[in-house]
Amino acid sequence: MNGLPISYLEASARKRLSGLLDAGSFVEFCPPEMRRSSPHLALLDAPLAFDDGVVTGRAALAGHKVLVAAQEGRFNGGAVGEVHGAKIRGLLDRALIEHPAAVLLLVDSGGVRLHEANAGLIAISEIMRAVLRVQAAGIPVFALVGGSCGAFGGMGIVTRLCTEVIMSEQGRLGLSGPEVIETVKGVDEFDSRDRALVWRVTGGKLRRALGEATLLVDDTIPAFRAAAAGLLDRYQAQPPMPGDLAALQAAQDELTERSRRFAAARDGREIWQAFFADASRVPEMSVDEFNTRLGEMA
Amino acid sequence: MNGQALYDRLFGAGAHALTAEGRFLRGTARIGAREAAVIGTLDHAAIDVPLALRIAESILRAVHADAASDMPPRPILFIADTQGQALSRHEELLGLNGYFAHVVRCVDLARRQGHRLLTVISGEAVSGGFLAYGMMADRICALPNSQVRVMDLRAMARVTKIGLERLEELAKQSPVFAPGAENYWRMGGIHELWSENDVWPERLAAALACAGSTDDRAAIGLERGGRLLAAPTAQIVANP
Repeated sequence: MNGLPISYLEASARKRLSGLLDAGSFVEFCPPEMRRSSPHLALLDAPLAFDDGVVTGRAALAGHKVLVAAQEGRFNGGAVGEVHGAKIRGLLDRALIEHPAAVLLLVDSGGVRLHEANAGLIAISEIMRAVLRVQAAGIPVFALVGGSCGAFGGMGIVTRLCTEVIMSEQGRLGLSGPEVIETVKGVDEFDSRDRALVWRVTGGKLRRALGEATLLVDDTIPAFRAAAAGLLDRYQAQPPMPGDLAALQAAQDELTERSRRFAAARDGREIWQAFFADASRVPEMSVDEFNTRLGEMA
Repeated sequence: MNGQALYDRLFGAGAHALTAEGRFLRGTARIGAREAAVIGTLDHAAIDVPLALRIAESILRAVHADAASDMPPRPILFIADTQGQALSRHEELLGLNGYFAHVVRCVDLARRQGHRLLTVISGEAVSGGFLAYGMMADRICALPNSQVRVMDLRAMARVTKIGLERLEELAKQSPVFAPGAENYWRMGGIHELWSENDVWPERLAAALACAGSTDDRAAIGLERGGRLLAAPTAQIVANP
């Protein structure tokens, strides 16, 4: 051990869980011993995982009872297939029985798993409906986004359905990944190898400035834990209400205003200029400074 | 079939008042004895921010109108024809996924307010565009010849690095990845496949009569033999 905090980005799904949750509190549902891997990958001779790339279970976090699902980005890019998706959906169904303080989704996924694309697409829409059901029951759902695959495709939509979105600077959130846009529309539209550009269009600081990520944290597991613990305290005092007509009308106005205000924007710099006098410094700002200055403007 | 011919066939002549504005469609139509709000996309629309906002706004408008009336909430019918989400850096920068999530929340609000939700797929239903609204309905019906998919097999072969011939061969036995409304039907993702011989207004009324607000697609997929693991796996995690 070198004493440095563990990078959330570089950790595996199980490593993230072990650092995030109270020691010894995790009980896994449908664990690898059950050998619930994907028959569809097997049919294509593709590599298998006994947990199908997602870990689900119950645990405590800072003393609060939570249900968690953690996607493993190193297995098939965290992509959602039939079994993978059903485990997440089942976890959300379980929340309606157990009434945890919150459900945590550690999202690390490019979206639908193409080897079983139809099953994946249907599964993601089932997850969407399940997230909404859980929230309607007064249970908050938190998305944690800081893995190397980010939160894209249908999982990008699921993430934005969550009650709160905790993101690191390195986390990325969107719908179509830069590679897909480059492949279809050409390199002039989106150069996926330009890492700085990709980050300015999809990264945590951009998403936080737009209000899509609700908390921006450092890329360490303890930072994600502290943020989740803070939210658990807050929601225990005040459970979430499902959006009513007035709330959704307000969201409609806000999203309409954003699309007007940034009608021609194609780079995060143009968004930051609206928030920071010294926008060019944003990439080098620490998370603390960024949050402080964003908070001062709110 | 498109435009008036499609709407006459779907609702009966004189039973609809629909307006197309670009690739967006809205209006009202009669389903059985009831009036329904109709919201749709046309000509294989790529769903972008403006289109997502119009879909959401129309749903909110229907919910608002019916909340103020003494009548029970009207059904909402989505006519989905989409090639998927718009692919552009600008749309991604704005957070197209968040705009889609907003549409999904509006659909959910309508459901919670007691509106029954139907989708008719006409043309194409692809990936993110389909996820955003059509797939969120209580009951999903596909017209003959509709295309439903995430990605075509050629692109899939490129991305997965599995030979096209191999994929085409496997597609014959497995509904799990190959494009096709029939495959989605077997997996429970589509409730009804309609044929040319059907009387569509009758099918529409019947679909509305059996639309319920619970998500039973995994159970249907199991029953039809197309998705054998989703329901039992969810069950293991939900209630071991």
